[in-house]
Amino acid sequence: MKTTILTFGIAKEIFNGASKEMNLKDGITVAELKNSLEAAYPEMKKLHSYLIAVNNEYAEDDLVLDSADEIAIIPPVSGG
Amino acid sequence: MIDVKISAEPLDITTCIMKTTDTECGGIAIFIGTVRNKTNAKKVIRLEYECYQSMALKEMKKIAADAVRLSGIKNITIHHRMGILHIGDSAVVIAVSAPHREAAFDACRYAIDTLKKTVPIWKKEVFEDGEVWVSAHA
Repeated sequence: MKTTILTFGIAKEIFNGASKEMNLKDGITVAELKNSLEAAYPEMKKLHSYLIAVNNEYAEDDLVLDSADEIAIIPPVSGG
Repeated sequence: MIDVKISAEPLDITTCIMKTTDTECGGIAIFIGTVRNKTNAKKVIRLEYECYQSMALKEMKKIAADAVRLSGIKNITIHHRMGILHIGDSAVVIAVSAPHREAAFDACRYAIDTLKKTVPIWKKEVFEDGEVWVSAHA
């Protein structure tokens, strides 16, 4: 499935843009997405941590992604 | 009353207090996060904030609703600034009113502590000799 991943903060710099078109296998889980992201962008592994948000909610690793989902990479937050 | 806002314009502290004022409340606690002039003895030039706006607002509303539910406060205002901020600027204002002071202090602290952990907002510290996304590699 074709999808657009939103990136913010340091992830935006690692991905060299605020969003990234990606071709993902159907039925991919959040954990599998993280593995593919880290394989394609090894800098992601150097982050203290990061989470995936799906439709504006933090997602668990076993969540299965759909092409209609809004998917975002959330590097360590630092508001306030 | 819950009021959350993300703003590219300077935050108005008086407005936050006015919105939170309530004749049934005996006190207002307020936390203002401001831009510090140094980090680990390094001079800070400016901070650059960005956010995932739709999700950030959603998470801020959750914090506000939880603060009301957990502490028994009556009103909470959370305003966060975006964009380029300079030393002394207000980055976040949290105002809380409650019938009694204890709940107001507790909820105000809960709100800023939780905001720093869960709300998708990021800041980059710009120094004289470089810049760093705060907490990214901690």
